[in-house]
Order: sequence, then structure tokens, then C-alpha cells
Amino acid sequence: MSYIPISPKEREAMLAAIGVKSLDDLFEAVPAAHRFPKLDLPPALTEMEAASELAELAAANESTRDLVSFLGAGMYNHYIPSVVDHILRRGEFYTAYTPYQPEISQGTLQAIFEYQSLMTALTGMEVSNASHYDGATAAAEAVNLAWAQFRGKRTKVVVSPTVHPQYRQVIRTYTQGMELELADETGAGLESDPAALAEQVDANTALVIVQYPDFFGRVYDYTQLIETAHEKGALVCVVVNPTALALFKTPGEMGADIVVGEGQPLGIPMWYGGPSLGFFTTRKKFVHKMAGRLVGETVDNRGQKAYVLTLTAREQHIKRERATSNICSNQGLLALASAVYLSLVGKSGLRQVAESCYHKAHYAAEQLSQIDGVGLCFSEPFFHEFALCLPVPVEEVNAHLLEHGILGGYDLGQDYPSLKDHMLIAVTEMNSKEEIDALVEVIAEVAHD
Amino acid sequence: MTELILTEEAKVVEPTIFDLSSPGRTGVTFPDPDVPRAELPDSMLRADLPLPELAEVDVVRHYTRLSKFNYSVDDGFYPLGSCTMKYNPKINEDTCRLPGFLFTHPLQPIETVQGNLALMHTLQEWLKEISGFAAVTLQPAAGAHGEFTGVLIMRAYHKSRGDDKRVKMLIPDSAHGTNPASSGMIGLDVVQIPSDARGNVDIEALKAQCDDTVVGIMLTNPNTLGMFDEHVEEVIKIVHDCGGLVYGDGANLNALLGIVRPGDLGIDVMHFNLHKTFAVPHGGGGPGSGPVGVAAHLADFLPAPLVGILEEGDDELAPLFGFVTPEKSIGRMKAFHGHFGGGLVRAFTYIVMHGPDGLKDIAQYAVLNANYVQARLRGVYPIPYDRICMHEFVAEGRVEGTDVRALDIAKRLMDYNFHPPTNYFPLIVHEALMIEPTETENKDTLDRFADVLIQIAEEAKTDPDLLKSAPHNTKFGRMDEVKAARELVLCCWLPEDYSNQ
Repeated sequence: MSYIPISPKEREAMLAAIGVKSLDDLFEAVPAAHRFPKLDLPPALTEMEAASELAELAAANESTRDLVSFLGAGMYNHYIPSVVDHILRRGEFYTAYTPYQPEISQGTLQAIFEYQSLMTALTGMEVSNASHYDGATAAAEAVNLAWAQFRGKRTKVVVSPTVHPQYRQVIRTYTQGMELELADETGAGLESDPAALAEQVDANTALVIVQYPDFFGRVYDYTQLIETAHEKGALVCVVVNPTALALFKTPGEMGADIVVGEGQPLGIPMWYGGPSLGFFTTRKKFVHKMAGRLVGETVDNRGQKAYVLTLTAREQHIKRERATSNICSNQGLLALASAVYLSLVGKSGLRQVAESCYHKAHYAAEQLSQIDGVGLCFSEPFFHEFALCLPVPVEEVNAHLLEHGILGGYDLGQDYPSLKDHMLIAVTEMNSKEEIDALVEVIAEVAHD
Repeated sequence: MTELILTEEAKVVEPTIFDLSSPGRTGVTFPDPDVPRAELPDSMLRADLPLPELAEVDVVRHYTRLSKFNYSVDDGFYPLGSCTMKYNPKINEDTCRLPGFLFTHPLQPIETVQGNLALMHTLQEWLKEISGFAAVTLQPAAGAHGEFTGVLIMRAYHKSRGDDKRVKMLIPDSAHGTNPASSGMIGLDVVQIPSDARGNVDIEALKAQCDDTVVGIMLTNPNTLGMFDEHVEEVIKIVHDCGGLVYGDGANLNALLGIVRPGDLGIDVMHFNLHKTFAVPHGGGGPGSGPVGVAAHLADFLPAPLVGILEEGDDELAPLFGFVTPEKSIGRMKAFHGHFGGGLVRAFTYIVMHGPDGLKDIAQYAVLNANYVQARLRGVYPIPYDRICMHEFVAEGRVEGTDVRALDIAKRLMDYNFHPPTNYFPLIVHEALMIEPTETENKDTLDRFADVLIQIAEEAKTDPDLLKSAPHNTKFGRMDEVKAARELVLCCWLPEDYSNQ
């Protein structure tokens, strides 16, 4: 199968116009010894054959459509209204380039402007960029912002141990070129409230990073912590779950300087982990240090309201090695997905989703904690995810659950040695009471074996 | 004293989603929970959720109207240099949305996602074969993210050998801005290397910089002038001889498929842009996908995890795929496993449908098309590096005897329903117009494009204002970019009196 629309006759005419005899003659600058390697790849398939090969691979998975899922830990199984994908499938959106030519890119530009507006409304912040790769890389870029803000003079970043373990790993990778001290001990402090974290903030601290709800699902009010950090001159970044913000006080209200997160819950499929959507919001005073593209309102020369990419002097194609970040491609289409999702569910729909998650998770937690030997690990308020202490290894419980067609929770012992036999369970609007009851029943069986 | 300037209110072509909102209107609703309601923690609740309220039809019409303000590959020709805006096959949109892919969670037990892992493992193997590298990671989210990965790997390699004094990254002056920015992100000193008169890396200038403080060079080949460096093997040898590594920017890999493998030339590490070379759509700016390939001596430094075979298969049993962590890994680049659905599945579908001969055709026809357009424009616009080009070439956007600029030519092209070429890049060409037709355009389109550019050169002489005020036939005209940067209106809200409406 080929997508090349040139006939042999046309090819010959073109070669003649160029003044060469054959296609191979175009490659004389390539070292002859390595020219035209024979690639050991399977022969080409037709569309019909490829469709069937891909269907076979997809069918070799057991997806959350085949299994009942209580797995979260950073990606969540939510309902995606039909309209979202219908809009994404419009070639005018998905086959367009980055909107560097605003006269013929107003669709993308206005959609991003609306996305930025929706994200600031949700987080309670003042500005949003046009997106990042994912929640983890957005959190790492928050460190870059703080580093730039203090010109490298403050060298400590306090990362709460209850920030997603993979996010902490990514922050570590991103900052290995900086002379930076990362305080993110996982051994201690898991039981404690944000006050314990505040004690680690000193005059050398550039940034404090906390998660809301935290990795264990707990909802803390960070107002006091943020106040303390500000007294010490440090910035605070809150990593949020966007669905939770339909219900809970915003980090903006608490005084946060930067709010980032994973936008996947807002109308984006889990897709085995990506592509998803990193969002990044902050205060207007930090906008010049923020990474990524930014859309601003303006007018065209016909007096029409319009949108353009603005403050581009922060970016790599202008500033090169002095840019705030190297980011170029972002998650444009998925920012559109979440804008469509938020427009569609709106004020009342998002609140419905969040409340449904909350009630179902609390029902599950209550039922599970009645099983002998099983209990909730923490007593703080939580949203749609909670940690469960089990009398047997998580692996064993999950194996049993899988036999019953249930995808169990995340094994916290993988990242936190002190939380061996602890399972992180996520419940969303997609889980029925019947499914929750089945989960409880199987876990009760395993616990009593 | 404040001067009051009365300006006419800007005309709204399409209101924002917030302007369209009406109190009490609902779109998609959700069922009431089928469990008893739990008590909500009052002190933690937010008072108001200022999101818009619309019906489904409002939302569909709004975004459909917005879509019509866009130019896209499905609409027409996109000769955008170094961006490889080729046609995006429709079947890829179907395969990446197969429910088995769409609805798998990244943390599922590996036994339940063998289809995903088999696809990823196969794609790793294919990318190795296509590029000549020993190992590939699929984790990076985009080209620049892949560059960052590569630069971290180069740094880690030197450090692992106790070679701590290497702080200098050499970057040719024709490089993409992401190259120096990626190096800057880990605090390396960027040293620019000039190009010679034929568009190659200036060998003498390179030699002068090569010492024991060099981390390596970031080489785009073919470079952004569309030129295959005639001394590429010498450049690589010079850098290797001083202990440096060679990074290959894979942005222009479309010209090399089945033509030459970067790994065979001695390049140590390279990123792929699946959203350029392998037809993953650009999505209005992303998502991309930027896997990284490395030679054997760098394989231990790749980000974790990679997909590997945990238990070999046999005639009856498929192998068991799972995750492995390279011994000296630089760490994790993003959460989970890379852009699986939108990037890897589409690219897999594309490669499986092309096979080895089809891939070579892609490069050959991409190069044919670029050389054909170059031949048609020769003598109309100056072409500073005029030789057989690869998949793109750079002309100067100026017309003798006029003060018309590349920007004006670019904007005028829109009036003829063409997307402009990349302009003012690479920085080393005066008034650059960087033209990359790709292999998926036919001769008629290329002829029409060349004819229009020839006509615009005429217009520049007879009616230059027509160009300077272009575009005229588009829905929107030139933008006031100064106003946008000065006023910084970066979002909108519901009107202040919204709840009283």
C-alpha cells in the first residue's frame, strides 16, 4: 500500500525537469558504502490486512471494557461523551499544524484560548499555557520555573512523598543537570499532615510540590502550608486531579503559585497511558517564566476579534539555549478534547461526575472496611481513591480479583516499602454498585482464606 | 494625564464558549449515583464552579464552526519545511481507536496487555532496523522531549566514565531551536558551528572547537537547508576523535528511509519524530511522539522502562512481553509508557502497510518532489545553496527590484489556498522560505504551487501592496501581535452579571 500520488509517466517528466536519469541519482551525496541498505522488515500489507493484524493485537488485550476496573493511580476510567471524539475526528483539527499562521488557524487558536480559560476557571488560577506532555512533565516544568525565578540561587525543592511516585521520578530525571537538592523521602511522613512538610521549607527552598488529592486520595487544605512557604519566600506548586476540582476548594483559593496536573480525566481515553494532557496554570506575574505556548486575544487588520500565539520570545525557536524550556510539540489535540469535554458537561455535569465518584468511592470504602482484617489506612477526607490495608499481599488479592474479571487496585508496596500489603483503590462514575459489591465479596473471600 | 482613546469594538466572528453560555442550560448529564450518598466535607468544598453551561448542539456547532477557520492537510498543500506535513492515512485513525487499545490502563498486569506490549516491542525492533541503532525507547512524548532524552544520555555516558569536564555542546548554525534549548536545559554550554559555502558543517571551524570538553555535536542531516552533509562521516570522525558523541536530530528522517541508516554512519543517538516521518497527525500542535535510538555503547543509559521479552516463546507459545530497566538508566522521562495510542499505534500501522520497499519509496518521492519544485523555481527566487537537495530546500523570499519580504510572499500564498512554507528559518538564509513538499503531493499540485509563486514574484513587481496587505481571501487578516503581547488577555470568563441573565 502506498500513499504516493505520482504515476510513472509523471515521475519521468519530473526527473527530466530536474536533470537526472533516475530516482537513485538523487542520492549521490550519501556515502556509497551505506547507500540503499536492505531493510529486514516484513513485506507491506494492504489496508485490509493491516486492519485485521491491528485488530488481532488489540484483541490480545483485556481492556477495562472486558474487565471491571478499580485501578487509578494517575489515570482514571471516566465516561467520555460521544461528541468529544466526533470533534477530534474533524480533519480540520487533527491534520492541522501548530497555529504559527494565525490568519488560517483561528479554529485551533480560539479553541486553545478557550482551553486556557477553562483551566484557569477550574484551578482558580490566572493564566494557563497551551498544554504540556503530561502531568509529570508539567510538574517538572514547575521546577524549571522556580529555578528561573530564583536564578538558581535557591537550590532546594521540597517534594511531598505523597506526590505520584512516577512524577517524582520524572522531576529527578529533569533536574539531574541542576545543582538541586530534592527533598522527597518516601520512608517517613506518610501519616503526617502538611504541617510536617512545612518544617522542611527553609530560606534556600525554591519550590514546594504537593498533590491534591494526594497519591493516596487524601484531601488536605494546603492554605497554611502555602502561607508558611511564602513567609520563607518559596513558591508552591500543587499537582491536582481536575475532576476533584469540581467539588473541592481550588488551589488558587489556597494561594498556590503554580497548579499543574494530568488532564486525562477530562474526556481523554486512558490509551495505555498516553498521549494524555499536562496542564500548567500559574499567576500572571510568572507568565514570562512559564514554559510552552500561550494564546492571547487581539484583533486583525479588519477589526475582527482574533487570537495569536503570544510571548513567543520565551520559546526555543526564538530564544534557543536561553529559552524557558525546549518544548515545541505539545498536546494540542488533547487540549481541544478537554475543552470540548468541559463545555459539554459544563458546570452541572462535572459536579455530577465528581459527586458520583465521591459517593461511590465512599460506599466502596465503607463496605471494604467492614471485612475482618481489612481497613482504611488513613482517616483524612478523600475523593475517589483510598488506601486499603490487607491481611495478605496485594499481588495475591489482585490475582483472585482478575480471576473474577476484576482489575484490582495499585500495589503501594512497589513505591513505599512501609506500605506493603496496601492497595490503592479508585472508584469512578463508571463503577456500578453491583461491581463494587463484587469487589467487596472477592476481597472478603481472599481475606478469610 | 490619561488620554481616553475611543476604539470601535472588535467584531466577533465566533463568540467564545463562555459567551455562548446560558444559566441553567445543560449538555451531557450523568446518572444519579446508585449508592447511598456520603457526607461531603463542607469546609473543603468550593463555592462556585464557573464553567459554561451549554446544550450539546451548541457545543457541536461552536467547534464545527471553529474547525472551518483552520487550514489543514485534509484541505490542501502544506509545504512546511522540516515539519513533514504529509497526508495522514485514515486507517490509522481507526486502528488507534480499537477498544483494546483505547481502554487499557497503563498499570494493568502485563498478562492482560500482551497485545500492547507485543506492538511496542515490534515497533522498537522496526525502528532499530530502519535507523541502524542497537536499542530504542518509545517513551519520549515529542521530538524536543526525545532530544532532551538524548542529551541526558550523552551526559550520563561521559559521567559514567568519570569524564566530568565535558560541558560543551557543538551545534551547527542551521539547527532547529530545540537543539540548543535541550542542551541549555541541563546547563551545557552551547557553541555554534558555522556552515560552509555548500551548506555543510564547516570542517575547520569544527576542528577548532573539538577538545576534551566536548560532550558532542547535535547534527541534523539532511540539515535544515535540505542538504545532505557531504562530509558527514568526516564530521562524525572528528567529534569521536575528541571523545565526543554525535546526536542525530531525526526531524528530517523522511529523506533517509531506506536510503541510509544514521546508525551505519556512526551517529550515536537520534530521536525519531513519529508525527513527521511516520504520518502521525500534528493535531494543531501535538501530540507528537519522539522515540530515541542509540548505538550499543549507550543502550544501558536509556530511560526506564523499555519493553522486553521476559520469557521466550516457541512454536506454540507466544513470548511473554514485559518491562525491563536498563542498567544505568537516566530515569523516567514521563509518566507511564510514552504516547502509545496516538503515536505508536498509528506509526505501527503506517510501517506495516509500507514494508521495506514502501519506506524507500517515501524517501525517494519526497526527494523527487522537493527537487522538482526547486527546479521550477530556479531563476525566480534566489536559492543560496543550489544543488541536488533532499526532502526540502530553502529559497530567499525576495524579488529583485522590490522591497517585498518573505513574510509578504508567505501571506499572499494563503490567498491562493496554500499554506505558506516555513519562513525566516533557518536563520542563516536571508528572508528564508523553507519548502518541503513531502511525497504525498501529486505533480499537478506542485505545478500549481510553483505557478502561483512565479505569479507572486510578478505581483511583487507590479503591485507590491497586494502582497504587503495579504491575505485578502481568508476569513481573517493580519494580526496585531503587539496588542496581544502588550495587553496579555490570555483567558476569558463568564460575564460579571452572568447569574442574573
